[in-house]
Amino acid sequence: MSPAVTPGTLPGPPAEPTGRAAKTTEWPLWEVFVRSKAGLDHKHCGSLHAADPQMAIQLARDVYTRRQEGTSIWVVRSDQIVASDPGEKAAYFDPMADKVYRHPTFYDLPKSVDHM
Amino acid sequence: MYTQAMDTMGKEGGDLKKPLRSAEDLANEERFEARIDAGDFIEAKDWMPEHYRKTLVRQISQHAHSEIVGMLPEGNWISRAPTLKRKAILLAKVQDEAGHGLYLYAAAETLGTSRDQLFDALHSGKAKYSSIFNYPTLTWADMGVIGWFVDGAAIMNQVPLCRCSYAPYARAMVRICREESFHQRQGFESLLTLMTKGTDSQKAMVQDAVNRWWWPSLMMFGPPDADSPNSEQSMRWGIKRISNDALRQKYLDATVEQAKVLGVTLPDPELRWNEERQAHDFGAIDWTEFWAVVNGDGPCNRERLAARVKAWEDGAWVRDAALAYSRKRDALKEAA
Repeated sequence: MSPAVTPGTLPGPPAEPTGRAAKTTEWPLWEVFVRSKAGLDHKHCGSLHAADPQMAIQLARDVYTRRQEGTSIWVVRSDQIVASDPGEKAAYFDPMADKVYRHPTFYDLPKSVDHM
Repeated sequence: MYTQAMDTMGKEGGDLKKPLRSAEDLANEERFEARIDAGDFIEAKDWMPEHYRKTLVRQISQHAHSEIVGMLPEGNWISRAPTLKRKAILLAKVQDEAGHGLYLYAAAETLGTSRDQLFDALHSGKAKYSSIFNYPTLTWADMGVIGWFVDGAAIMNQVPLCRCSYAPYARAMVRICREESFHQRQGFESLLTLMTKGTDSQKAMVQDAVNRWWWPSLMMFGPPDADSPNSEQSMRWGIKRISNDALRQKYLDATVEQAKVLGVTLPDPELRWNEERQAHDFGAIDWTEFWAVVNGDGPCNRERLAARVKAWEDGAWVRDAALAYSRKRDALKEAA
């Protein structure tokens, strides 16, 4: 199967916004991931423009954690994200649909041991 | 804060013309419609009809502009708030509006329009924002009434948008709605304080603010359904969930009861309960005023836009310096 991967396709806008010259004065776009509390995953929560990594972290704090929504923040340049190709969603993910034996509920067991 | 469904796509022209479509486009369109019918969410990189994309860019960016311009009438009172507590609350609220603008700009950008393009459209006067922010905030009571009326109307409008078919917009709306519920409550509580503990002149100040903001607030829901020819398409696509008039009625019915608790009257002699409709009847809205304000002739349109443009232009050297600094550091890192 083809590695259904295109750099920078998700989740943000195009790395170079459409209709703009390469020499842009727009600050680059960053994706923001927040860990809401210790023990949980960092979760994508949005994006923002910032001139550099430090600024991205600071703005992310102001924009996405005004109400103690986080204990840790990751930021990553949107154009550095590699994502699966949404156009190949079916080809890429559907083969998993008929592998029900990968789930515990596939197996019928006697009631006395069904908590297994 | 919320932008109104102004439904000007038809008037702007050109957008509705359908170019010749290839067989592939037709197949894509069919699949898209089927997903919409099935209640699927559409993500940024999914195929979508050009008109769907344009409608969303317009609606989301209008909404974003409204949040940003909406900071101006309230910003006017940050340094004039009567107590430190009220000042902290107002600051938090205005900061929220900035955040909401940013969530929405980011959602609009996923559709392939850059932030600078969105700003250009606002600053050149091409883009619209909610008419409500073109009215002046004359007294401290206006801060309470904006929270109660304007944020109340915004919440009424925005809750259904949490189920918008375009997922990045819906996600932004979920976040905004969660944060915004305090906006309306703080406004009402601030007015309640004035009405229960205030002097006669403070009570009169509240009534005056109510009188000035009531009709513009009703206009926030946009023109009547009969004058919104493109609404049907937006409803069909799940961009809009409830019609302008239905939302306005729901808002009005809720607000009439709140006004009784507060002890103020709403400035509409025709306002009365209709037993048969199980809803309030109300007087005619002045749509001439609405369109004048939308099209640039409200009391504060020029002032608001000028303030935005000035802030953007005055900040240019900061943006440029930050970018230059970042590039210089990158270059140093590469050289090392």
